[in-house]
Amino acid sequence: MKEQIRIASGQGFWGDLLTAPRVQVTQGPIDYLVMDYLAEVTMSIMQKQKRRNPALGYAKDMIPLIEDILPDCLERKVKIITNGGGVNPHACAGAILDSARKIGIKKLIVGIVTGDDILTRIDELRSDGNAFRNMETGEDVATIADRLSSANVYFGAFPIVEALRRGADIVITGRTTDTGLTLAPMIYEYDWKEDDWDKLAAGTIAGHIMECGGQATGGNFSADWKMVPGLENIGFPITEAYPDGTIVITKHEGTGGLVSRQTVKEQLLYEIGNPNKYITPEVIADFTTIQLSDDGPGRVKMTGVKGRPRTDTYKVSMSFADGYTAVSTLTYTWPDALEKAKAADRILRERLKNLGLEFEEIRTEYVGVNACHDHLAAMPNPVNEVVLRVGVRGKHYESVERFGKEIAPLILTGPPSVTGFAGGRPKPSEVIAFWPALIPKDAVEPSITIEQL
Amino acid sequence: MNIRLIDIAHARSGDKGDTVNIGLIARDEKDYPVLKKYVTEEKVKSFFGTMVKGRVERFELPNLGALNFLLHGALGGGGTKSLMTDAQGKTFAAAMLRMELEIEETV
Repeated sequence: MKEQIRIASGQGFWGDLLTAPRVQVTQGPIDYLVMDYLAEVTMSIMQKQKRRNPALGYAKDMIPLIEDILPDCLERKVKIITNGGGVNPHACAGAILDSARKIGIKKLIVGIVTGDDILTRIDELRSDGNAFRNMETGEDVATIADRLSSANVYFGAFPIVEALRRGADIVITGRTTDTGLTLAPMIYEYDWKEDDWDKLAAGTIAGHIMECGGQATGGNFSADWKMVPGLENIGFPITEAYPDGTIVITKHEGTGGLVSRQTVKEQLLYEIGNPNKYITPEVIADFTTIQLSDDGPGRVKMTGVKGRPRTDTYKVSMSFADGYTAVSTLTYTWPDALEKAKAADRILRERLKNLGLEFEEIRTEYVGVNACHDHLAAMPNPVNEVVLRVGVRGKHYESVERFGKEIAPLILTGPPSVTGFAGGRPKPSEVIAFWPALIPKDAVEPSITIEQL
Repeated sequence: MNIRLIDIAHARSGDKGDTVNIGLIARDEKDYPVLKKYVTEEKVKSFFGTMVKGRVERFELPNLGALNFLLHGALGGGGTKSLMTDAQGKTFAAAMLRMELEIEETV
């Protein structure tokens, strides 16, 4: 058994810094590279892409990225684990194998985890008695079942572990929890058992620290952002994991950014809900048991983590179409910038009303004044410039589209010293709403397949 | 004595559906009791006022010198439904640090 393994975060979301994976693989020793691509809204976007082209539905920009680092990964024995397979992990694996062939790689084993995508099985699962009740409202999914655009079970680390046991150099999954990507190599390397609750919880929390990439290493750092060096060259987080469940968070030497107890704490608390009860497919982790200590420069040690037995359900994230929105902006300047923006908003709303358009909501913000902090913000005096930002949401495409045609006319038929409509008419975008639910673990089965060169 | 929360704490926020999650962390762990005593659910609810439609929940993490808050109904429906610039509640942490606390000298 290895004495320690080093797991590196390569991407924290779909759209993250494209240079990060190469830095992680080449600027120091690592054993695993994990790349998290999936936010809730991502699955629905990928389903849409797959409907248009059955060969798509995964994080397409990951392919050139993997092609770039693959020779180095194989030479250095770095395994890649990613949920970038989205709603089409097999097509994603196929694209990676094509890339590998193209650059002359002779031997490569790709493990594929599927079974999470239950969109086509919903009717069957419902007739088996699964109501998919909304976890927040308790409603039966029947009310939106005909509008579903995606439905995915959150699998955890164990299917990835199985793929690693079958020799995978790269593991491609669909909807796997962000934390499972990091936990899997620990289970695999140290042969942690399904009821090693404390160790599973420690690995899960390490995964939580890693899942937003640079947000653990000095990015978006509220305590003292001016003191963070070299953000232009930020090093993404690396987890050093030990067989007893001790975790050290660090980053490569020579990279920018910062690892301190403060940067780690900010990420620890990010979007966790109830800290006593952080539920994943493997375990219930208790964040109130975490002990952090400094472990030399740029190293933070985590010990003491406790976990409790897992639940007997998986979380399911479903998405459904729920109307349209459009947002547009205009910029007003001194003199009387804010008064002009307010007058324009009043005129616009009157015109929308006269046209008989109906919306669920019209929202007006004054960007530069109080768009984010509302009544908590002190009023600047004078307001030199302000961006009027108006958004609408409604059930009918036509109304939302018509709103977009009412913005430009304000420039010549409203208050003066106005500019900034270069973007053209805003197009309605579809609202994707979410339906969180639970499903018994025995109702779905992850499936692991191997493809290789 | 009045103190500004930003002088004794740092914070990060994000979303879960229509709920904002704010982690509030004592800059110096010895100030955690001040956060615990003064930054209550009631205080946070009244501070944000109309920005938070639902209830405020607070969880304690003395091991990290931190509190975690859930502000329900604060994101205009959340996700792609929200018309807010800050639809993911990313700047609520900074907004919370605007808070001032009136504390007893002895704490």
